[in-house]
Formats: sequence, structure tokens, C-alpha cells
Amino acid sequence: MNWSMFFKRGNPSAPVACERLQILLAHERSEIGHSNLISTLREEILAAISRHVAVEPDKVQVKMDRGPVISTLEIEVEIPNGAQVSRLAANA
Amino acid sequence: MANVVVVTSGKGGVGKTTSTAALGAALAQAGQNTVVVDFDVGLRNLDLVMGAERRVVFDLINVVQGGAKLSQALIRDKRVDNLWLLPASQTRDKDALTEQGVATVIGELRTRFDWILCDSPAGIERGATLAMRHADAAVVVTNPEVSSVRDSDRIVGMLDSKTEKAEKGECIAKHVLITRFDASRAARGEMLSIGDVLEILSLPLLGIIPEDKEVLRASNMGAPVVLNSPASAPAHAYMDAAHRLMGNQIDMVIPSEKRGLLTKLFGRRAA
Repeated sequence: MNWSMFFKRGNPSAPVACERLQILLAHERSEIGHSNLISTLREEILAAISRHVAVEPDKVQVKMDRGPVISTLEIEVEIPNGAQVSRLAANA
Repeated sequence: MANVVVVTSGKGGVGKTTSTAALGAALAQAGQNTVVVDFDVGLRNLDLVMGAERRVVFDLINVVQGGAKLSQALIRDKRVDNLWLLPASQTRDKDALTEQGVATVIGELRTRFDWILCDSPAGIERGATLAMRHADAAVVVTNPEVSSVRDSDRIVGMLDSKTEKAEKGECIAKHVLITRFDASRAARGEMLSIGDVLEILSLPLLGIIPEDKEVLRASNMGAPVVLNSPASAPAHAYMDAAHRLMGNQIDMVIPSEKRGLLTKLFGRRAA
């Protein structure tokens, strides 16, 4: 018999805090992982396009809408009319 | 070789400035040439905690903008010879810090000091990202409390993506410093334990600073706690943490609970 039980006021709250944090952070880390995914996609798409056409880095927009069943990836690239075809593409 | 260390947390009020001052003083006392840099533009407080508030003439912004030389803005500590302070500006806007300007200042500090401790502002905005930008290592200050741990986790994510080292594909050394720890409350299950915090953040532990009246007393007096009351438990904890930062192996002591009258009388028998 543990005598300290007689002096305890209510249940210890630390295990509750610990569990809540672990659940929350597992969720938040995956969310932030997604934002990394978007920035990676954006960089790679930009790199692929700029091998052939000159585009401004800020003219490439990548958006992800996450739905319950499917998510959609929206890519918008603004290419100025008469854009210079890069040397690499011209040589090809 | 110079070490740039950012002291950061995400959440405000957890003890970044207190810890920067104390770690800086402990490193300087260990013979290291140390500068503490306040990045909290508009809300500077490191000068106050260090007791140098009346000696500030030029600040980080003046140096970044070229209005003053670095040597004019650096303030030498009156107690420890090799401890210096580079204050932030109280009047300017935080946007006055430019990335290039900060890079230049940090580069110059690297040539003059062994340790450059950057006291980050709270939050995850520009000020905080600039403070961590050039860091080789990070001290993540965390209270054993849910909101502080959550914000620390967020900051760890930023350290792994937004620092210069991370962008080069290198890894920034991260340590957690747990402050305001109350061992007796943790033992009763009223506060997250050291194990809980470390498991959640999965970072190595730099030190455990106990909740102690000497910490507030030191900032009231305008002296880092390691200088103001060197025999106190928090001072010891900060000194040990500074030595661990220097790469020394020092056993981790979990600060024991304060002994009340009853435990003093019966403690020995119970133990």
C-alpha cells in the first residue's frame, strides 16, 4: 500500500499532457512535411521548365488542396509571350 | 574556430534571454572569448539582463546599416573580461535587419570570438529566422509545459529547413535546454518529466535549469545568474550546460526538489 495515495489530489495531469502533445505533434509534423513537399515540387518543376524556357522564379505557383478522399495539386506557370528559349533547348 | 549558437524557443517568456546571458557568462568564465548578440529588435532586453542598459550607444542595426563600426557597438562586460554584448536597437523596426547585413556582422564576429550566442526573438517571423540563419548549433529553450514543447517542435522544423547549414544539406547541432523545471512537481506527475520532453522532441539534452528564486534575483540585479549567485543550483546547471556545449562530458544532475521542514526532519529516515 502506497501511503502517498492518501495525500494525492486528483490524478496526475502530466501523462495527459504527454499524450495530447504526441498526438498533436504527429499531426503537425506531417502537415509541415506536406509544405516541404510543395516547396520541393515547386523547385523541381521550376528547374525542369527553366531548362527549356526562361521563367521568373516567382511565376511558378504550386498549390495543394487536401480533400477527404483525394487531394489536388494545382500548378500555374506564367510564361511571358516571346520568352527566350534557353540555349540548352535551342541546342537540342 | 568560432561557433555561432542561436538560443531560440518559438514561445516567449521561457527564458531565452536569461539563458543567453547565463551561458555567455559561463563560457567566458571558462576562458572562451564570447559575445552575446541581441536579435530582438524593438524589444531588446539582453542589455538589461546583463546590466549594461546604460552603456548602449550603438547597436546591431547601426552596424548592419553601416552607421557604426562593430567595435563601437560592442560593450565589454565589467565583471568578466572576455564577455561582450552586441545590443539590439530599441527604437528601430525589425525590418531594418537585412539578411546581407546580418551575414556581414556574423562573419566579422566569427573572426573575433570563439562563441557567438544569438538571442532570438520569440515567434517564427523574420527576426527569429535571421537569428538562426547563420547558426552552427542551436539551443532550444523549453519549459516542461505543453505550449512550450509544441512551439519548440515547430522551431526544430525551422532549424532543419531555414538555416544556411540546412540549405547546404548539412545538419545543424540542436540541443534542448529545459528551464523552470520543478522536480517535485514532475515527480508527482503534475509536470511533464525530462523523459517526456526528450522523447517528444527527440533532441539531446544540454541541461536542466531548476525553477529557482535566484534566477529572478539575478535579472533584478542586472547580472547573469552564474555571476550573481555562482553557488546556486541554476548557476551550476548553466555552467554544466556551457561545458557540454564546449563538448565536455559532464554527468547530468536532475535538480532535486527543495527540502521542506518535514522532509528535512524525516527525509533521511524515509530515504
